[in-house]
Amino acid sequence: MAVLGPLSRISRLGCNLCRNHRLVFYRNSQKRGISSCIDPSYGLTDEQKEFQKVAFDFAANEMAPHMAEWDQKEIFPVETMRKAAQLGFGGIYVRPEVGGSGLSRLDTSIIFEALSTGCVSTTAYISIHNMCAWMIDTFGNDEQRKRFCPDLCSMEKFASYCLTEPGSGSDAASLLTSAQRKGDHYILNGSKAFISGGGDTDVYVVMCRTGSKGPKGISCLVVEKGTPGLSFGKKEKKVGWNSQPTRAVIFEDCAVPVTCRLGNEGQGFNIAMKGLNGGRINIASCSLGAAHASVLLARDHLLVRKQFGETLANNQFLQFKLAEMATKLVASRLLVREAATALQENRADAVSLCSMAKLFVTDECFN
Amino acid sequence: MGADRGIHVEVSGKDYESLGPLQVSKIMAALAKKEEAQLIILGKQAIDDDCNQTGQMTAALLDWPQGTFASEVSLDGDNVKVVREIDGGLETIRINTPAVLTADLRLNTPRYATLPNIMKAKKKKIANVKPADLGVDLTSRLEVLRVDEPPQRQAGMKVETVEDLVAKLKDAGKV
Repeated sequence: MAVLGPLSRISRLGCNLCRNHRLVFYRNSQKRGISSCIDPSYGLTDEQKEFQKVAFDFAANEMAPHMAEWDQKEIFPVETMRKAAQLGFGGIYVRPEVGGSGLSRLDTSIIFEALSTGCVSTTAYISIHNMCAWMIDTFGNDEQRKRFCPDLCSMEKFASYCLTEPGSGSDAASLLTSAQRKGDHYILNGSKAFISGGGDTDVYVVMCRTGSKGPKGISCLVVEKGTPGLSFGKKEKKVGWNSQPTRAVIFEDCAVPVTCRLGNEGQGFNIAMKGLNGGRINIASCSLGAAHASVLLARDHLLVRKQFGETLANNQFLQFKLAEMATKLVASRLLVREAATALQENRADAVSLCSMAKLFVTDECFN
Repeated sequence: MGADRGIHVEVSGKDYESLGPLQVSKIMAALAKKEEAQLIILGKQAIDDDCNQTGQMTAALLDWPQGTFASEVSLDGDNVKVVREIDGGLETIRINTPAVLTADLRLNTPRYATLPNIMKAKKKKIANVKPADLGVDLTSRLEVLRVDEPPQRQAGMKVETVEDLVAKLKDAGKV
């Protein structure tokens, strides 16, 4: 029976993917014909499966039909995102008393993975928005949380995360945007680059320098659109992810009340990095959704396309390829979910797992 | 999407095996009286037995008006306006509450469940009740005599000419 161990296993896996689809198709299954071996609902609790179902349905009905149009016309889909917020997707891991859904990092990862099968770019923006809402919820005082979080959770207002500058990307701690204390205001000067949502969003979570060089001199301020001295660069032309605008954010003697500072002076870098841990998981989850949708599309094509008198699904090399794609998808998914669990439990390996997850998953899913 | 609370009527054993629309509608009627319901909304027809009886029987047991195969429902004070999908097209009726409605396919599209509601669902109460508590008699009025599979499809026969075909059909008494 089994001739060459690993090879025949790969071939069988590829065959199974194709065969399972046929079986599911003939049974007229209610499910979306998802091949059983890459089904993303394995290992989830009933509640998590419900969250996932809502997100999948929303993605299929509200996002996927418009995804191409949003990308081509560079539309920032405010109405659709607000519909998502009504379901609780505006502040997924923000605490309920300020309007959030109070779910775990793993729940969040599952939701973003499902949403991004509808539109990766928009889901990625929604995840950034969630990250900002969480930062305010976690590090803000009660007054700040009550002021900003409810509107962010309902997406009445949208948020952007401002860390990167023209002169500091990887070396984020060397950022230069300065915030000079004058009475009960900080005066901001400097600029941020490549800010997702910049110009179209209302609330900007800005990391700026209030102290001396290095990470300990950085603080986190919340700046609202319309504040005098806040302006935006031109909208960047991108090759993809066009449903979220990307602009430079410019501060020229922009006065921000001290009451808008999250946490203490010097805590800003810490806040930024903590936000990004979750951000990495979320972005990785978006890649997972895209990869999942891609694997399904590839499989569908193999079953339909005929060359040399047979469907492509009978081609052994392509079976191998499909099996490899499926394997990498499942491996990526496991890494992301483990990272999410680690972050939720505040484990020591959480940060490194999040970084590994982001690295591995985005690379594999890109392939 | 979802409910505020649930009632589980436990039926098991022989009673479960012989459970049909009449028994279910007796239970529904008893519950309606107990809960002082004003509106009962049921499915129009189950896909296992295809009966299309439970809603109608429930209304009869309670002596309530019924709006079956509803594709549009609007409440208006003490009345309910129901648009029914019937063989000839659409029929609009007005019935008094309390009433029984059965839902047809085009009644609505389910809303998305929201995340907070999904989480609250775990904590919602489901009361357990036995049919005896409701004073319902579940004995079946039907006895199943036998169940047969459809006959196996027989192999056919190929013929060469039309004359052959007509001759074979005449032989078999079909023509």
